[in-house]
Amino acid sequence: MQELEMAGQGSLRLSRKSDTIVVLEKDLSTEQMVLSMGPQHPSTHGVLRLECLTDGEVVTEAEPYLGYLHRCFEKHCEHVDYPAIVPYTDRMDYLAGINSEMAYCIAVEKLLDLEIPRRVEFIRVIVSELNRIASHLVAIGTYAIDLGAFTPFLFCFRDREHILNMLEWATGARMLYNYIWVGGLAYDVPAGFNERVLEFVNYFRPKALELQQLLTENEIFVKRTKGIGIMPADVAINYGWSGPMLRGSGVQWDIRRNDPYSIYPELDFAVPVPDGKLSVVGDCLSRHLVRALEIEESLKIIEQCIDKMPGTQGFDPRSAVPKRVRPKAGEVYGRAENPRGELGFYIQSDGKSTSPLRCKARSSCFVNLSAMKDLSRGQLIPDLVAIIGSLDIVLGEVDR
Amino acid sequence: MGNSLNAWSDALAGFQPAGLPLGLLIIAAIPLVFIALYALTYGVYGERKISAFMQDRLGPMEVGKWGILQTLADILKLLQKEDIVPTSADKFLFVIGPGVLFVGSFLAFAVLPFSPAFIGANLNVGLFFAIGIVALEVVGILAAGWGSNNKWSLYGAVRSVAQIVSYEIPAAIALLCGAMMAGTLDMQQINILQSGTYGFAHFFLFQSPIAWLPFLIYFIASLAEVNRAPFDIPEAESELVAGYFTEYSGMKFAVIFLAEYGSMFMVSAIISIVFLGGWNSPLPNIGPIALNDMTTGPVWGAFWIISKGFFFIFVQMWLRWTLPRLRVDQLMYVCWKVLTPFAFVSFVLTAIWEIYVP
Repeated sequence: MQELEMAGQGSLRLSRKSDTIVVLEKDLSTEQMVLSMGPQHPSTHGVLRLECLTDGEVVTEAEPYLGYLHRCFEKHCEHVDYPAIVPYTDRMDYLAGINSEMAYCIAVEKLLDLEIPRRVEFIRVIVSELNRIASHLVAIGTYAIDLGAFTPFLFCFRDREHILNMLEWATGARMLYNYIWVGGLAYDVPAGFNERVLEFVNYFRPKALELQQLLTENEIFVKRTKGIGIMPADVAINYGWSGPMLRGSGVQWDIRRNDPYSIYPELDFAVPVPDGKLSVVGDCLSRHLVRALEIEESLKIIEQCIDKMPGTQGFDPRSAVPKRVRPKAGEVYGRAENPRGELGFYIQSDGKSTSPLRCKARSSCFVNLSAMKDLSRGQLIPDLVAIIGSLDIVLGEVDR
Repeated sequence: MGNSLNAWSDALAGFQPAGLPLGLLIIAAIPLVFIALYALTYGVYGERKISAFMQDRLGPMEVGKWGILQTLADILKLLQKEDIVPTSADKFLFVIGPGVLFVGSFLAFAVLPFSPAFIGANLNVGLFFAIGIVALEVVGILAAGWGSNNKWSLYGAVRSVAQIVSYEIPAAIALLCGAMMAGTLDMQQINILQSGTYGFAHFFLFQSPIAWLPFLIYFIASLAEVNRAPFDIPEAESELVAGYFTEYSGMKFAVIFLAEYGSMFMVSAIISIVFLGGWNSPLPNIGPIALNDMTTGPVWGAFWIISKGFFFIFVQMWLRWTLPRLRVDQLMYVCWKVLTPFAFVSFVLTAIWEIYVP
């Protein structure tokens, strides 16, 4: 929002939108209105509250208020055993529980210096990539609904249902899995799991194309997202953005590539970044495109894993699971690439207790959301909704 | 057909036992019952089922076979609901809003020819009346949005008023093209001018090579006038919760919905009257097989106009479940910089066509 004094014409209120300047009103004194968006609002994706200062349809300032879903995750961790923290991590990013478990287990295993059986690593990668697809489907679907398209949302949920059914078969739960344990897995995957996963991959590819034609190539969708909420790469890095958000700004940064863990170095997959042809680099459409392209990469990873996966002979998913987790005194930071960015756990051990002295979660959503104030300045209310949607926040992880 | 024109409505109007104008009441009641029935069956249940089939779902399945009675259950629920008026609301405006809205939507049905034999009021400026009276809805929307004393409702109301008032211009100019082709604003006359033994070939849409332009313009503008997607900005549920009727519950909410379904049918009926022959049968006489003659008559007329209206409502639903929503400024852009100029162009072209091409 800028105020320009023009000779003899009074003040013009201008809103800077992408590259054009829209004159909104002339010589019209308006009062600013405080508009509280949330915590009960359909497009804040949970219990986020935005206090917007609005001038007509223009949001001059939006301040996010957090904490409605704060459940003292970090304090709880100090009072339970290391393996008992895993179910809590499910409840952080409830759309990608397995990915959160994986990040936590990586941190603890680093602290314990554990060697993990190879088949366990493959299963972990398969289920976490499946969960990543499910999470991206929710992100894309809810983004469509934010922009008023209802059908892509239900198409996404229809396909997500197949993934959830598979994960339920493998882990026994649809949302809060507690599947990846420190040093191993709760169970081996059931017989015939690989075939079913491959069947899903073959089923899903045409569906992803259909989704792309319905949503991503839709003229109105492009009009609503292109050039909105542009985040330059340097600002994004300064904010500490990660994941699809940072890649949407054109930075090729993926923990699976840049700080590889598990078996990712052996796998062949691309880190998609927008090339600026379809979208303006850093806008809402870029972030959406990155998610859409990542689904394809995840499918590729799953196929390769099933190809290379070692057999079941002599395999015990709990063979490396320690009876009692009591690490040496020290500290560790373990991180993994979650669907929403870098999820890291900083764990401090005093060497005596079976529960951590301190466990700090570096939440990707929280960091991504911190740029909201910058992104929302001078946007229209519908654009604000589009920006929140493109951030793809899960309030369970923001507030922890 | 000329002698049977408006036979039913004239007979009803003459039905005055003991000096009471009961017949006139029945004439007014027929569109009301029609709106209620169609909103119940096709409007709510139909839309839920159609959207379900578009989205790989089943839709309502629990109440009755295939969920047929679901809408009745919903109505019963709405009737039993507490009629809440928020304490900080402007009571008068809050209560009067849905009423004005419904009256605006319902009054237009007075000039709607349901059949060659039935029209509520055979005005010689019927089309003009239909365009004008719908604008009354704006007052109701503004009253409802302002009276709710809710910021989201206010946004919805202001957006809605801006949208409806703007889109009336291209819509009216597009309809003027049709009126120019007919040379009259009388709804029945417009219909009669489009009847003939070749069925659809007599419809105004196929009578001039320019007619498709006002037809498209009016269709797009009518979507905006009745707040349907992709122009459902006033009630954008992901932005404004529910727009101007956020605070309404119970029967007031139902009345707003009824008004919305009424307008949906109204614009669909107007587009079919002005461009697609209204109650005329689209089937042509093919040699000895007189399909057109067989499907013409008062009852067939009602069938054709309602089917054509339902077809356009289906297209509205189809668009709603396919397209995302436009932004406010994009909406205004479409209206003022695309539709209005093209409406003027089609107006001039139609005038030239009507004058120089007999």
